[in-house]
Amino acid sequence: MSGWKPPHVNDVMSRFLSPGLAALLLLFVVSATALPFIALVQTAEQLNVLEVLNNVWIQRVITFSVWQAFLSTLLSIGLAIPVAIALSREPHFPGRQWLLNAFSLSLVMPTVVAIFGIVTVYGRTGWLSSVLNHVGLEPISLYGLNGILLAHVFFNLPLATRIFLVALDGIPSSQWRLSAQLGIHGFARLRHIEWPAIRSHIAGTAVLIFALCLSSFAVVLTLGGGPRATTIEVAIYQALRFDFDLGTAVSLAFIQLFICVLVLTLGSLWKQNVPTAFSNTDHHANWRPATQWRATNAFIIALASGFTLLPVVGLLTSALNPAFVRVVLSSSTTEALINTILVGLSSASLSCLMGIGLLLVARHCQYRWKWLRTSLWIRQAGNSILVMPPLVLGTGYFLLLRPYADVFSLALWLVIMTNALLGLPFVLKILEAPIHQMADSHDRLIQSLGIRGWARVRWIDWPTLKPAGGFAFGIAASLSAGDLSAIALFGSDRVTTLPLLLYQRMGSYRMQEAAVTAVLLLLTCLLLFMLSHWATRSTRRTETVQEHA
Amino acid sequence: MPTSRASVQRRTSSLSRVLLTVTAGFFALSASTVFAKDTLTVYTYESFTSEWGPGPVVKEAFEKTCDCELNFVALDSSTGILSRVQLEGESTRADVVLGLDTNLMALAEDTGLLEPSGVDTSALSLPIEWNSDVFVPFDYGYFAFVYDTEQLPEPPTSFDALIDAPDDLKIIIQDPRTSTPGLGLLLWMKSVYGDAAAEKWEALQPKILTVTKGWSEAYFSLFLAGEAPMVLSYSTSPGYHMAIDETEQYQAAAFDEGHYLQVEVAALLKSSKNKELGRKFLSFMLTPEFQTAIPLTNVMYPATDIGDELPEAFTRLIEPANTLLIDSATVRDQRKAWIDEWLEATTR
Repeated sequence: MSGWKPPHVNDVMSRFLSPGLAALLLLFVVSATALPFIALVQTAEQLNVLEVLNNVWIQRVITFSVWQAFLSTLLSIGLAIPVAIALSREPHFPGRQWLLNAFSLSLVMPTVVAIFGIVTVYGRTGWLSSVLNHVGLEPISLYGLNGILLAHVFFNLPLATRIFLVALDGIPSSQWRLSAQLGIHGFARLRHIEWPAIRSHIAGTAVLIFALCLSSFAVVLTLGGGPRATTIEVAIYQALRFDFDLGTAVSLAFIQLFICVLVLTLGSLWKQNVPTAFSNTDHHANWRPATQWRATNAFIIALASGFTLLPVVGLLTSALNPAFVRVVLSSSTTEALINTILVGLSSASLSCLMGIGLLLVARHCQYRWKWLRTSLWIRQAGNSILVMPPLVLGTGYFLLLRPYADVFSLALWLVIMTNALLGLPFVLKILEAPIHQMADSHDRLIQSLGIRGWARVRWIDWPTLKPAGGFAFGIAASLSAGDLSAIALFGSDRVTTLPLLLYQRMGSYRMQEAAVTAVLLLLTCLLLFMLSHWATRSTRRTETVQEHA
Repeated sequence: MPTSRASVQRRTSSLSRVLLTVTAGFFALSASTVFAKDTLTVYTYESFTSEWGPGPVVKEAFEKTCDCELNFVALDSSTGILSRVQLEGESTRADVVLGLDTNLMALAEDTGLLEPSGVDTSALSLPIEWNSDVFVPFDYGYFAFVYDTEQLPEPPTSFDALIDAPDDLKIIIQDPRTSTPGLGLLLWMKSVYGDAAAEKWEALQPKILTVTKGWSEAYFSLFLAGEAPMVLSYSTSPGYHMAIDETEQYQAAAFDEGHYLQVEVAALLKSSKNKELGRKFLSFMLTPEFQTAIPLTNVMYPATDIGDELPEAFTRLIEPANTLLIDSATVRDQRKAWIDEWLEATTR
């Protein structure tokens, strides 16, 4: 009876404290997103966006942004379809699971690290060029559209393949049995069974990839070859950092925002098929008939593996160079490493706090107050940050704070804040299902037992949320630690993180130092991801043991 | 009880020891703040502070003349120096900016962030007359394409010849939005071709291998690594290779149209809390200690006459047939339009 409290105190706690705190978080999320946006609007009032649109070069930048996103989407989807089919037809291919794990790895692999790997393999002095040289062919140039497309396919081919593979694995066994009985083979099998399963996912996946490539920053910044290959995101950065041209930066931010909203609105037309890119569960394929076209399948799988794994191998081998110890021990590296870990952990905590807060408020609205529309709206609000590209958000913060403080001395805080907001949609996506499922099935029971307020959070919500929470935290932490956009805007000689240091070292072609930095960054992100995953798992196990005891 | 008394005593003594350490630490700390050396923070471009650049030499020589610390902050590009102090505004940590040039002077002065230097500039020996009281020049040079004689035995002798050369003659240039040599080339073309500059840029486009952000990447990382036979640099660049590397391999191509002049300058910031020291540094730039270091570290002509101290290799450099320069007020007014024109022409 020691834990018992008079009911009215508990009632006050549940009525005000828990929803109150959650509402406070909601307020924080809203102001953190809205204030920079208001700062942008206020500045935009004094300028003419149309004037910027009249600039021929800006028009080309906009066209190029859309064009490269279109080509990247086309290539990624077009290549992912045969890879997914080959993988689905070869459920027992040696190293298949290993390859799929490697595909998931690309989710937590920082963009700059992957770019470095791509340069070592496909760059002017890379492996492929030296092979071409031997054969007597010209080396390929990676700078410009070629490099951008290659990098975008590198990131999005695994993403699309995973989505299509889930779709293929979802084909019911009954359908397979029927097709086997009817003797549907080869192209007919592709046309009547596999293709319809994939087709329903193409539009949603395409919109997702298109949106990702449209606001791609790090790839275009590092591989874009000067003014000919510039996207709106990079042009915002250039207007702000090169020219101190706030007017152009803000106008571009609005143009970017407009296009993103347009794309995602179009995308929501296919909403039911917008795939979940981050699924925490392993999919078990249904029974399917014997494999066909084995040689072709093996060839496609080998090609896809080579394409995605070679850059990682290139990165690891080039990091083992004489500069390794010197770079790891240098004060600039250790400082950047500490900042990177700090940014990763802080923004992931903030993302999770905001995400859980939003979802709890939404849950309360839905189950207690029956405000179904408000609940939906709150969840949508968090997702809407997806249309706010990091550079736009960063520009907003910049304008907001510049009158009051030296923005560069606040760099770390701004990076944490921006990255926390960017991680929020992922956190929401991962935590939404567990929070609502639990409320769906147990809310009445919990209510009738009188478990409320902190007791509910401690004994009911937290244990059920923990595994998904760990996964969400890991994703948010590694995304934030590996991100280049916010730190490129706010970083300086005073505040660097590993992604910025890597970008600078690549920019001045100090490739040995860059290789070591890249490996260090990759390890940091992997560790952040795996540790948070592992931490929540292991405690869960001990609790289960206690329960049994 | 003796034991407890001893322990009490021990505790008191350890307490007093802690207090003593804290007090001593406090005094040491306040002493170090009182007697801390004045620090002068100078924003500059990357190659100025590299180990072979003028930075280390200048730092050592200047710190000898004062009880102070000279702190160079290397920014990623030369125009970046200006946009950086603009972004930081009043709260900038810089006392002095070093590495702007004649082209950017009016633009920089218009920001209202700079203050007259008060430095006596009578010792200057420049190809032009100096009449700015805000900026103090520290060296000068002429933009030129430097070529590798082994890859390119017969370089073009004019812009027209460069534009008409076969397309496999590749050049590396710098971005006029970020680098002062890049802006220099833009103005060089503008003073040669006037209104026809845009179409000439378009015609030059196939020759441009890449546009880099700053001079160091173009020169060291790409040109000297053999990526292209020609790079935009200075007529003085071969002086370094001849004097230090003792090789004639790299030479500057003399262009019939003449060469564009660049005078590199430094200035004091209004927001500086160390103005005395800042002025002292600006004056120091014109002393022989600083000036004699320039030819072989920054590889430019010194801004004052250093007589016999000028390396012999510098007498074997090309002499521009014609010195070109657009006044900085015109550059201030036209820069954005001309850069837009360049962007338009090179992305067509």
